[in-house]
Amino acid sequence: MAMDLKEIETLIKEALPDAKVEIQDLAGDGNHYSATVTSSEFSGKSKIEQHKIVYNSLKGKMGNELHALAIKTKE
Amino acid sequence: MDQETKILIQKTIDDNEVCLFMKGTPDAPQCGFSMAVSNMLKILEVDYKGINVLENQQLREGIKKFSDWPTIPQLYIKKEFVGGCDIIKEMYENGELKKILQDKAVSFKS
Repeated sequence: MAMDLKEIETLIKEALPDAKVEIQDLAGDGNHYSATVTSSEFSGKSKIEQHKIVYNSLKGKMGNELHALAIKTKE
Repeated sequence: MDQETKILIQKTIDDNEVCLFMKGTPDAPQCGFSMAVSNMLKILEVDYKGINVLENQQLREGIKKFSDWPTIPQLYIKKEFVGGCDIIKEMYENGELKKILQDKAVSFKS
């Protein structure tokens, strides 16, 4: 199973409306992505909390439809 | 998650200063992300326990619920969940990983 790049971006932006999202398809297989997410919502939160916000925005798809998403968060 | 798995995870974390729940073993990682974290710990000469979640399906799913974290690997230092591959990599690069090892009095090569 694979996920479309645009779909990932849409889900993240639904959860974090002010987010700047940059996604790369690392292997070109629709399965290995990296995302850099910049949002004011991350301010004052630990890295674990920041990454959880991104994981939660993907509504359980992480680890299922989406095999690998490297995440980098910035405030 | 069944009670047995929960107890197994808790005991593993309690009994080992540093534990890495990973796919494969430290000597033979079976996923690039697990290998990356494993290698960082090796470079820092941290004495860690690698737990192969591929050997136990209950554990593989259970650890995700236990940590409320959807991916593997997962690193625990002195009973505290520190992060997955991306976070550990970032902490390794910016020196925070050494700092947390130092703060928690875990021996490593500085």
